[in-house]
Formats: sequence, C-alpha cells, structure tokens
Amino acid sequence: MGAAHSASEEVRELVGKTGFSSDQIEQLHRRFKQLSGDQPTIRKENFNNVPDLELNPIRSKIIRAFFDNRNLRKGSSGLADEINFEDFLTIMSYFRPIDTTMDEEQVQLCRKEKLRFLFHMYDSDSDGRITLEEYRNVVEELLSGNPHIEKESARSIADGAMMEAASVCVGQMEPDQVYEGITFDDFLKIWQGIDIETKMHVRFLNMETIALCH
Amino acid sequence: MGFQMLVPFSPWNWVLLLVALKCSEASSDLNEATNSTAQHEANVRFAAASSEVNEKISVFALDYDYVQIPYEVTLWILLASLAKIGFHLYHRLPGLMPESCLLIIVGALVGAIIFGTDHKSPPVMDSSIYFLYLLPPIVLEGGYFMPTRPFFENIGSILWWAGLGALINAFGIGLSLYLICQIKAFGLSDVNLLQNLLFGSLISAVDPVAVLAVFEEARVNEPLYMMIFGEALLNDGISVVLYNILIAFTKMHKFEDIEPVDILAGCARFIIVGVGGVFFGVIFGFISAFITRFTQNISAIEPLIVFMFSYLSYLAAETLYLSGILAITACAVTMKKYVEENVSQTSYTTIKYFMKMLSSVSETLIFIFMGVSTIGKNHEWNWAFICFTLVFCQIWRAISVFALFYVSNQFRTFPFSIKDQCIIFYSGVRGAGSFSLAFLLPLSLFPRKKMFVTATLVVIYFTVFIQGITIGPLVRYLDVKKTNKKESINEELHIRLMDHLKAGIEDVCGQWSHYQVRDKFKKFDHRYLRKILIRKNRPKSSIVSLYKKLEMKQAIEMVETGILSSTAFSVPHQAQRIHRTKRLSLEDVECMRNILTHNMYQVRQRTLSYNKYNLKPQTSEKQAKEILIRRQNTLRESMRKGHSLPWGKPAGTKNIRYLSFPYGHPQPARRDPRVADFTGNDSSDSELPSIMFKAHPRTGTLQQRQLTQEIIPMKSLPRGRKPCHFGYPRNTNQEEHVGAGRREALRPKPLFHAVDEEFESGEESEEEASASGSRWSAEHRPSRQHHRSHSPLLQRK
Repeated sequence: MGAAHSASEEVRELVGKTGFSSDQIEQLHRRFKQLSGDQPTIRKENFNNVPDLELNPIRSKIIRAFFDNRNLRKGSSGLADEINFEDFLTIMSYFRPIDTTMDEEQVQLCRKEKLRFLFHMYDSDSDGRITLEEYRNVVEELLSGNPHIEKESARSIADGAMMEAASVCVGQMEPDQVYEGITFDDFLKIWQGIDIETKMHVRFLNMETIALCH
Repeated sequence: MGFQMLVPFSPWNWVLLLVALKCSEASSDLNEATNSTAQHEANVRFAAASSEVNEKISVFALDYDYVQIPYEVTLWILLASLAKIGFHLYHRLPGLMPESCLLIIVGALVGAIIFGTDHKSPPVMDSSIYFLYLLPPIVLEGGYFMPTRPFFENIGSILWWAGLGALINAFGIGLSLYLICQIKAFGLSDVNLLQNLLFGSLISAVDPVAVLAVFEEARVNEPLYMMIFGEALLNDGISVVLYNILIAFTKMHKFEDIEPVDILAGCARFIIVGVGGVFFGVIFGFISAFITRFTQNISAIEPLIVFMFSYLSYLAAETLYLSGILAITACAVTMKKYVEENVSQTSYTTIKYFMKMLSSVSETLIFIFMGVSTIGKNHEWNWAFICFTLVFCQIWRAISVFALFYVSNQFRTFPFSIKDQCIIFYSGVRGAGSFSLAFLLPLSLFPRKKMFVTATLVVIYFTVFIQGITIGPLVRYLDVKKTNKKESINEELHIRLMDHLKAGIEDVCGQWSHYQVRDKFKKFDHRYLRKILIRKNRPKSSIVSLYKKLEMKQAIEMVETGILSSTAFSVPHQAQRIHRTKRLSLEDVECMRNILTHNMYQVRQRTLSYNKYNLKPQTSEKQAKEILIRRQNTLRESMRKGHSLPWGKPAGTKNIRYLSFPYGHPQPARRDPRVADFTGNDSSDSELPSIMFKAHPRTGTLQQRQLTQEIIPMKSLPRGRKPCHFGYPRNTNQEEHVGAGRREALRPKPLFHAVDEEFESGEESEEEASASGSRWSAEHRPSRQHHRSHSPLLQRK
C-alpha cells in the first residue's frame, strides 16, 4: 500500500519534472525495466539488447547521448556510468512533441533545448564547439552504412559543410581570421529557418513494448 | 495541297477552319456521307481555286477531308499553345489565375467559333477516346511527378481524406439532389435516385491541380500541399470507379431490383477495384524497372519502355475491370525511383518532357471539347437543379473537410489548423474530369443528360474562375503557415542525423512506428530490390555520387584547358594537414572552398515542386554553360599570368563590370520568378549553383589575393538590403555570378523537394550542390544579407 502510494507520488513528481503523462511514464518504466533487466540503473552495455539499434549508423552517438552529463543536466562534460529512470525520462523528454498550446516563448525554449541536444551529439569533446574533426566524424558515421563511400569523400563533404556553416555564422572573414568551430549560437543560426519542432519528436502515444530484448 | 496558297491569308485560314469544322463529324467516326458534301461545299466556296472537278484537271484543288481530323486537332493544340505563350508573356497573369482558366477560355473561344459558323455537328469526344487516350497521360504525369517522401509521410491522412471525402461528397450531393428532385415544383421528378447518385459522384471529382500552382507560389506548408496533391491524384481514380459501379447499377433497369446484396457487392467491388489496380501498377512498375537495367546500349528505347509499360498497366487493369487510373499511378510511383537511376541522362529528360507534353495535349483537348460543348444548343437550363448543385457542392465539401479532418487530427502529431482546413475546402476546384464523365453519360439511360452537362459546366466555370482566382489572395490573407525549407549541406546532414536519431530512440523505446516501417522498407529495398532492379551498384548516397561525378568532370575539364589540377587528389593531404593543426587556416579554407566549388555541379535535377504545366529547364544546358564559362574564366586567369592570348580580357575588368549591380538582385531575381511565374520555370534556376569560378589553387594564393583585392572596392558600394530588382532576366544570373568571380550560392530551396531521404535513393540533390563555400569573398557580406533578408521571407508565419 505504502509502496504503491509512494510510487504514484514519484510518478506525479516525474510528470511535473518531465512533462510526460502518467500513462507514458508507466510505459517507459516498463521499457526501462526491460532494458535494464530489472535493475535500477542502465549501463551502456544494456543498449546492446536492442537489436534494431545495431543497424543504426549513429548508434554510438545515440547511446552516448543517453549518458552525456550535459543532457542529463548533471554537469558540463563527461559521461555518466549509469543512469536511473529519472535520467532516462529526462533524455526522452527531449523528444516530446511540442505542445501546440504553448506560447511562443515556451516554444522557443523547447526548440533551444532540442537543438542543444543535437549540438551535444555533434560536440563530443564538450568544448562547446563543433570542430572540423568532430564534424567529419559525424559525416563519416552517417555515411558508414554505405560501403562504396571512401573516407575522403566523407571528409570533403564535412569540409564543405563546415565552410558553409562558417559563412552562415561568421560572415565575411578577414584574411587572417580563423574559424574555429561551430558554437552553439552559430548552430542556432544555422537552424534558424528549419522547423525542428516538427521534425524532432517521437510519438509516445501508442507504445506497445515489443519484446525485442533478449 | 490546294490550301497552301490560302495560308498566307489568315482570314482564309479561319474560314477554312470554319468550313472544315462545319462539315466535320465526330473525330473518331468519319462519316463518309458528309465528306462529299464537304468537298462540294468547299469546292463551291473556293470556286476561284478549283475548277469543275469532274471535267478538267484542276490546277488547284482542295482535299480537305484527307487531312481534316489531324489538321483540326493540330490547330487546336497550337491555338492552346499560343494562348499559353501569351499567358506567360504577361508576367502578372500567372499569379492571378490558374492556367486552367486560360485553357477553358481558349476552349470556349473555339467553341464560339464553331458555333458562330452555325455548323451542324461539333467534334465530339466519345468514351473510348477519353478513357483510352486522353486520360492516361494526365494521370501518368501526376503520378510520376509526385514527391514521394512527403506523400508517404502523410499517406494515412491522404487516404483517409481522399477516399472518404470522395465518397461522402458523392453520396451527400447525390442524396441531397434527389431530395430536391422530389419537390414537384422544380419539374425534376423524373430524375431518380441512381441518376442523382451518379451525378453526385461525377461532380465530386475535384481537380485541384490548378490550385497547386497557386499554392506553390504562395509557398504554403508541405503537409497542406501534399493533402491537395494526394487528393488530386487519388480522386480521379475513386470517382471513375464509383462512376462505373453506379453505371452498372443503372443498367440493371429496374430500381427495385437492387437488393442489399448488390450494394454490398458494389462496396466489395470498390475495394477490389482499387487495391487490384494498385497491385497491377506495382507489378508493372517493377517489371519496367527491371528491364531498364539492361538498356545501357540502346538508351533510345528507354523512354519507350517507360511509357509503354505504364500504358500497359493501365490497359491490363482496365481489361479486368480494375482501376486503370490507380494502376498507372502506382506504376509511375514505383517505377520512378529505379528508372531514374538506370536510364541515361538524356532519356530521363526525354521522359520528363514527353510526359508533360502528352498530358498537356490531353488536357488541352479536353478543355476544347468542353468549350465546344459550352457554346452550343444542347443545353438544358434548369435553375433549381443548377443552383442547388452549386450550393450542395460547397456545403458537402465543407462538411467532409471539417468532419474528416477533425477525426484525422486526433491521430496526427501536427494537426491541420482551421485555416488549413478552410484552404482545403476552398480548393475544391472541378476540372476536366467531371466534364468528361458528364459528357460520357449514356443518353439512353439518362434522358436528361443535357441538364447534367449544363450543371457540370456551370460548376466547373464557377469553381475554376471564381475560386481559382481568389484562392491566391485568400491564402495570403489567411496567412497560412509557410514552408521554410532551406537548402544546404548542413541541412541535409542534420536531417539525416535526425532521422537516424529518431529511429534509434524509437528502437530504444521499443516502439513500432512509421519511422520504423520506413526503415524496414529501406532495408528491404537496399538488400533485395536495388540489387535486382538497379543497373550497377552505384553509390546510394546522393552526396557521394554527386561528388564522384564532379571529380571526374573537373579532371576532364582541367585537362582540356591545359591546366592540371591536383585539387581533387590533394584532398587527403589537405585534410591531414588540417587535422594536425586543428584549425582552419585561410589557405586550407581556400582549398576546401576550391574543392567544393569546383566540384559542386548539379548533376541531375529531380522533381522539385509539382507543377502541372511546366518543367524545370534542362540542367545539362546550364552545366554546359557553366563549364564553358569556367573554362573561359580559367583561360582568362592563365592569360592574366602572362600568357599571350590576344582576345582575352583581364579578369579584373570583368569583375568590375558587375560592381554596379545592386547586391540585392540575385536573390530577388530568383525570388521574383518564383513570384511572377509560378509555372515553376524558375525554381530550377534557383537551385542551380552559380558556378563558382575560382582561380586555380596551384596558381595560388597570389591570384586569390589579387582577386580579393579587386573585389575589395565592392565593399564600399552601398548595399541595398531589400532587393530592388525585379524581373531581372534569370539567365544572366549565372553569368553575373561567374563573371563577378565569386559564387553566389544561396538559393531558396525548392518547395517540395522530392528527395527521398528516407529511401536513400541515388537522387543527387541540390543541397550538396549548394554548399558553396564561396562566401568567403568580399561579396560575402551581401550574400549573407541576402541570406538574412531571405530567411525572414521564408519565415513568414
């Protein structure tokens, strides 16, 4: 009785913190248990149990994102070793669809949060800038599913993208100016015209947990 | 041969036409009896030209009957084409009204001419001509140019809306009209329920393609565009199926014979016809894709295969009483992805243009027939019927829109707003489809056919003219949410990353959603379908295939101009250097920019936005021009270094020549065509990368410095924020950019880009091409301002 009572207390707390509905939290909790094997925390190895994730080219980045302290709002760099359910929900909350009832300011905040999540995915060394090397890394991973593409091609593409980003963000460069990398503000600028709110969401409506974990 | 001497006299030409039309019968049924009278009359008229035929050898004789049908048809088509030319010459007109308006006017004109000469039987269209020859090209073109990814993203909503919407409209209008007919005062009591239902089904066939051009010009958001597009695509098929079923019912003579079993059978038939048609289409699509795999050596027959198989799918489906329209649509959609990779560039272009041409011709002919029907004596005007038809059309469309979208909004993550729904309601423009179906009603079963035809014509005229013309302003007034897509390598990368991220998160959640369906399909596609259907295993990434092609092109070009380039091959070295220093020095940046700008051609342009009447201009011409320009410029560069080429001009002057143009112009010039000419001719230009002409890296930093120095004076020129240049001829954009020595690479992204990101098809998308690093120059600031001034435009909410 008491346990059930405190459980629903927790749920309510989580509802308040993360914005999910209690149904969704129940579902996610079940899934969390499945992934963690009924442990209270998840480690990186647990993600190996998700078979479809194997085929995802940016698998390592996704898993890393779950443990990134910046996403978990626990610090400005570094990786956590394990995450509990609340952290799991925190990460998931980045993917909630934007509520149409929110006002403009909240929408902007939401948008910024989502973009920050993306930014952290690119910026693996947590220095606040996406350097050319990190960008290359991303492109190579994205194109890694294709056996025909050589590394140089991926690199050139990353170079081009970087240049384009620099031109968008910095504008005209003096002859001796150097572009060090994409900062978060630059990143926001790049995304200015794109409607990330409509793209970056996962439907948490109907979630049938398919027993894919072994 | 006899009429050749008459051609110079244009009035004679018209008289000839009138005479011919006066004497002509159905275009498919040549009536021999009238021919002799035709000849006789013709001879009588042109007595001066011909002498007594029977007695002497006539020096000039007229043999009109021989060429009559093709001659008339050609004249009509030419007339419509001339009208279209005129239509587009006046810039503002395409923004005011859809092109269908123009075609109807032309048709009415021809009809008026025919009527005015008081002929006996106008050219008629019969069922087999329409269904076998005129309809398939139109549907094929619609299916082929459909942007697949947005379509499949919204497919649930589209099917729900198009399918149920058509049914609700058909039955709603039919039943309402039946109730009206029951009222004795209107004199319509002989029109029974079935006839009313049939009329309802044919009048609910909307043809909103006309408004798509308006939408595109107003840049409405993508889901809205896709709903209308999807509706246009599926609506024809559904109406025709319904029409045929109801005709079959009507033929069952007695109304009382129809039992509930029959009705159930009708419903089952509806489903089978629809699904069966799609199935046939997919099969034929795969077969033709497979065959194009082997056609490398005879690329001339590739278009033939595409068209023949599409047509065959239509005919095969029709043989089995399945829906040919849905078959040909499915065939086009399936085939397109694989065929585009297999066929040669020229075949691809041929297919596109030929398809547009065929559909254009078909539509023109239908509108001509419609015009001819309009102005004639075979009308029956019944105030009640016609007015109520109009009223019910609007009412039922409103009901179906709001009801169906209310339901589907529950399931959509981003529901359609009320404004969107109003626009969808208002875009219910009828077109050639309804008219054809009305015209082909069998007179034996429908004694009051004329009334139906009249009512249909009134509805069409009303919707096309009034709704078609006012929907543009309405969209702007309601301030519908606009699309704001940009084009850049960054965007492509980010969106791909996001797709994978979403799929990954869903995997982690254990959730089965449509992203995973798409993923699964993509994997299946890669593993099996592509191996079978695609010719060689080309790289699937659009970015990379583009890059490879460009590397080759650059190598060839450089060899031709005698300057060896090590740029492409030195990429790894550059990259390594950069890696070590971890910073982008200017030289490295210049090199990278070089690589990209030399490489970023646009190789193949996929369908960007759907426009029914036009295609984007050919890319390879522009490419050729680009290559030429580049070559000229590189030659000029080399000349400047001291080679003695007497005819070359120093590049400096060429740079300076363009300094006087206001900076704003390339952007608005590109925007402007979009505004002024929504037949879509421009969007392509706006995607084309303005070629960057750049001094060769080998020849060095010295030249770069020189160029930068020359361009420095540009900085001091006043830079207009707002574009002040409208109607700027588009073609010169490229030369200017090139001539100015830097690349102006920003362009507004085409509206509805058919990039199959999900399917990772080998589409070479323009996004990569647009990654111009050319912004490093002094021009950069203006271009950035363009960028800025552009984004607010894009972001108008």
